[in-house]
Amino acid sequence: MRYKLILDVKRGDFDAAGEASRKIKDILQQLGVSSKVIRKVSIAGYEGEMNLAIHSLGGKIILEVGEEELSLTIKDIGPGIDNLDLAMTAGWSTADDKVRQMGFGAGMGLFNMNKHADNFLITSKIGAGTKIVMKFSLE
Amino acid sequence: MEKLLHSVYLDEEKCLGCTTCLRNCPTGAIRVRGGKAIISESKCIDCGECIRICPHHAKLAKTDPLETKKNFKYKVALVPPTIIGQFKPKYTINQILSAVKALGFDEVVEVAYGAEIVGQALKYEYHARKYPRPLISSACPAVVKLIQVRFPELTDNICRLKSPMALTARLVRKRLREEGEYKNSDIGIFFITPCAAKTTMVNNPTASEYDKYDQIDGAIAIKDVYSDLADLIGNCPVQAGIHNTTADSCAWALSGGESDYLKNKNVLYVDGIQNVINVLEKIECGKLETIKFFEGLACIGGCVGGCLTVENNYVAKMYLKYRVKRMKQNSIVHMSDEYVKSIYNSGMMHIKERILPRSPEPLDQDINKAIEKMKQIEILEEKLPSLDCGSCGAPGCRALAEDIVAGKAKEIDCVFILKERIRDLSILTNDLLQVEHPTEKPLSKKE
Repeated sequence: MRYKLILDVKRGDFDAAGEASRKIKDILQQLGVSSKVIRKVSIAGYEGEMNLAIHSLGGKIILEVGEEELSLTIKDIGPGIDNLDLAMTAGWSTADDKVRQMGFGAGMGLFNMNKHADNFLITSKIGAGTKIVMKFSLE
Repeated sequence: MEKLLHSVYLDEEKCLGCTTCLRNCPTGAIRVRGGKAIISESKCIDCGECIRICPHHAKLAKTDPLETKKNFKYKVALVPPTIIGQFKPKYTINQILSAVKALGFDEVVEVAYGAEIVGQALKYEYHARKYPRPLISSACPAVVKLIQVRFPELTDNICRLKSPMALTARLVRKRLREEGEYKNSDIGIFFITPCAAKTTMVNNPTASEYDKYDQIDGAIAIKDVYSDLADLIGNCPVQAGIHNTTADSCAWALSGGESDYLKNKNVLYVDGIQNVINVLEKIECGKLETIKFFEGLACIGGCVGGCLTVENNYVAKMYLKYRVKRMKQNSIVHMSDEYVKSIYNSGMMHIKERILPRSPEPLDQDINKAIEKMKQIEILEEKLPSLDCGSCGAPGCRALAEDIVAGKAKEIDCVFILKERIRDLSILTNDLLQVEHPTEKPLSKKE
């Protein structure tokens, strides 16, 4: 039995910021996922959600839960990341001053996702978009 | 009083089943069934929101009547600083405390005394380094329960120092034991409570904070003694020197009062249960990593906003701030750093057990069955109107869908679905009306 949930995140929609992560947390709690795993998913999911709102042209968060592991996919429709190695570095950010003033754009997003996920895979193409697949073991 | 898990309860006579409380409960603990509100024991955190919001005053907090104290030979009132904000600053604190004593107590002790010790000890606990950051204040029992129920990942962050109330009770018992005049069982200690959450703490045998040395025998609501106090203040003998606390310790009744003891710029204090939830969500997502200490209080303004107080919380805050500014005393007589350290090191102010999550039950213990149920919930949720009107007795459409899957509600509990069914039925009835049965005489046709 697999569970799948798709949530849309719009560019620049700060009013709804955090709603997707909150929903994911509630669902995982109801499915009986341990609070330790939920914490990791919450942190990674929130970073992903904010990345979509701040840096992308919009995208989706897809949660899939199976018996032994769950995956979180963050997928956007552009603009794509030029240098992935650089983007993964802690503190590196392309956020403008306006976003930084709102308290975002510290350049820890991808770094934190990688840190909290048991398995992290990122692919990106300029003009096409970025796709991140994170896996979390349920044990 | 019988031991209770919760102090919030319903006056069935007054409840009209109006659903106002449903949607304002921060943990979704209320359902309306059979026209009456029902509170779920496992989800209620005793925050008192429903008591405040009920337009029919049907939600109440079970507290002890003043007469309970007659069962004891030596009666002590523990008075929180909140009470000072209940009366105009033209009365002295000595007058207010003397009025409490005149209610029939042998002794009145300010909880601010314990607050001063806990406040000063907070820096030792903060530097003990065994906590994940931010360290979260344990001062508000409703917020502690909120974390246990809704933010189980943060239970290890909760500070395990006892509350000023529990510590004060313990120190009073210790002193009286040493004086030796009364047996421990002859001493009755009563907390004059501003809220439901503290009341539960006093009456709940499972509260990990307690052992027999800090036993409190009852909680008396501020609002239950308010009129008597108002009569007595200024009209009863005043005991000089009965007030013996500092400005800082009295400020515990206000949001930020505890945080100020840390003298750290990376502290965040928040009041109002919904505001506390919003900030805890941020902490949970790993944002706010610069915050080292978090103080969350369920009531707006802090304890001055407790649901068992009488004065408006903003007015009470103004009165209390006015007094705090004018208090001359910088330290409590006989209280030195060494004294605070000795109490801290004795272990008597530490909560022994870990504070554990009280997460709601998952849909099913078996993840496959839970997923199956989640799918059913989502299919049902699609059918429901997303209006969260509460007419079904659940706080929202999602909650109704969950209740249906759990076998606790029916689809037609939704008035919109019921209306649809009635419409379908009336169409069918109308269709049937047109049908002429073979053995029936033809209906007379209207011209």
